[in-house]
Amino acid sequence: MSPRQSTTATRHFKSEKFDFSSFFFSGLTGLATLLILAILAVILLNIIINGWSGLSWHFVSTIPKKDFFDIHTTGVLPMIVGTSIRVIVMTVFVIPVGVVTAIYLTEYAPNTSLITRTIRAAVNNLAGVPSIVFGLFGVGFFINFIGKNVDRALHNSGPVWGQPALIWASMTLAVMTLPVVIVATEESLKAIPPGLREASLALGATKLETIWRIVLPQALPGILTGGILAVSRAAGEVAPILFTGVAYYTSSLPTKLTDQFMDLGYHIFVLSTQSPNIDQTRPILYATVLVLLMLTFALNIVAIVIRARVRKKMRALG
Amino acid sequence: MADIVLPKNFVPAAAPAAEPGKPFIEIQDVSLYYGGAQALKNISLNLGEKVVTAFIGPSGCGKSTLLRCLNRMNDLIDNVRIDGSIKIGGHDIYAEGVDIIELRKRVGMVFQKSNPFPKSIYENVAYGLRLHGVSKKSEMDAIVEESLQNAAIWDEVKDRLHSSALGLSGGQQQRLCIARAIAIKPEVILMDEPASALDPIATSRIEDLILNLKKEFTIVIVTHNMQQAARISDQTAFFYIGELVEFGPTSKIFTNPSQKRTEDYVTGRFG
Repeated sequence: MSPRQSTTATRHFKSEKFDFSSFFFSGLTGLATLLILAILAVILLNIIINGWSGLSWHFVSTIPKKDFFDIHTTGVLPMIVGTSIRVIVMTVFVIPVGVVTAIYLTEYAPNTSLITRTIRAAVNNLAGVPSIVFGLFGVGFFINFIGKNVDRALHNSGPVWGQPALIWASMTLAVMTLPVVIVATEESLKAIPPGLREASLALGATKLETIWRIVLPQALPGILTGGILAVSRAAGEVAPILFTGVAYYTSSLPTKLTDQFMDLGYHIFVLSTQSPNIDQTRPILYATVLVLLMLTFALNIVAIVIRARVRKKMRALG
Repeated sequence: MADIVLPKNFVPAAAPAAEPGKPFIEIQDVSLYYGGAQALKNISLNLGEKVVTAFIGPSGCGKSTLLRCLNRMNDLIDNVRIDGSIKIGGHDIYAEGVDIIELRKRVGMVFQKSNPFPKSIYENVAYGLRLHGVSKKSEMDAIVEESLQNAAIWDEVKDRLHSSALGLSGGQQQRLCIARAIAIKPEVILMDEPASALDPIATSRIEDLILNLKKEFTIVIVTHNMQQAARISDQTAFFYIGELVEFGPTSKIFTNPSQKRTEDYVTGRFG
């Protein structure tokens, strides 16, 4: 007698037919994941295999002479320093501006007013602007307008601020990554239950005190996530820094905000297009790519560790 | 009049010394509008000092809305308009130039869903103190301990003051919120269904706590639970769809109400 026909109350809740569509769909999503991993693996393996031979301690610690194409004498130290510094200076600008904008949009702005809707539309559109346009904006606004006027106000004899510089490239990158930081911060602010704000206000706190003492500390992991995303994006971007600060060659490491700098991404472009002998240059090129990937990875790891520490502190202290 | 079922150990709370306590919270002809909809209709009511007043009534009758008017928490909502006047201790709290911070220092609130800050137990209670200028550690330690004692939770947390408040049970968190509210020594404590999310044992502890607190504070409590109102309040106000139907000593409201609607509600015929 099959279980279904028994007179006792035992029932088995397995269906009699095999569910093909569920199995098929799970299989499809699994294949898609494998595909992504495979593509990533191919790219990474290709770079590592070809670039490993060119990598050496000498390579990452040498300031090269003007000839980039001799593997025994060239180095990428100034590019590493330039990329790192411009990302760090960008963070200094983008995080405060992004966080304050997100706080205004979430905590202060009346939801339906025209100004609020305009700001939101502007942020969304900013995210879609091509990188090269940011570069041109950087030249026109930061260098030719702000930089020139600062020079005039300081009575500089020659262009000091009114020319491509580290600070302008970083600020251009900050403008470019602003939407990412704003959105990440907004999401983390919205995730905080309104009961916490009410409790604070009911104790006699002002709105600002509530934001500073309760809301922002809770939102910190989300803000750091925004920072991580901004750093990842900016480390590899070349177009925004093309006219605003990167140089083909500098003889020393950048030390002032008005210095120009060399950059790993730009250097890859130079190596690919200017080389006299592609076979000789290929290992240098791959090694540089590998260094860029490793640097981006390292910057991300640092930011992720900071965020994990913040989260741990929040959970423990409560 | 039909009898309602009162708990066996029900003793009507003693009438306050002066009749009916010097009016401390004077609500005069208050109407509240959310946009075009009127939520409170011409409410007039005087609440006595250092007594427990219960607001009862079916869902949507406006009792929580009126409660939130008393510490101006309704200011946080867009499109709210309030007519009439509310005086606490003789001062109109909606007058021009009233310092809302000062008002909320003197009129504290405990919410339906306990909302401790994601900080340590100590820091939760100290939050209000830090806001209002207490900085000496010894002074703060003393006030924190006193508040946790008065909220009947000191023994349970004294060994883990610096652990997270979120590790406490629901009932403990609510008592912590009460400690947090009384730490800044308000004159009035507003309670919006403080025990509705708690189990019966936690609820009875909160009720005992309220009976103790009324020696020092004026308490207004919104509750859905009529037996709770009968147990702990001295005066009861019954609301129905935005109107005040009847207000008087609790014993009278529950045994001999003047209005038929009141009688129908407290005997459970509707609501």
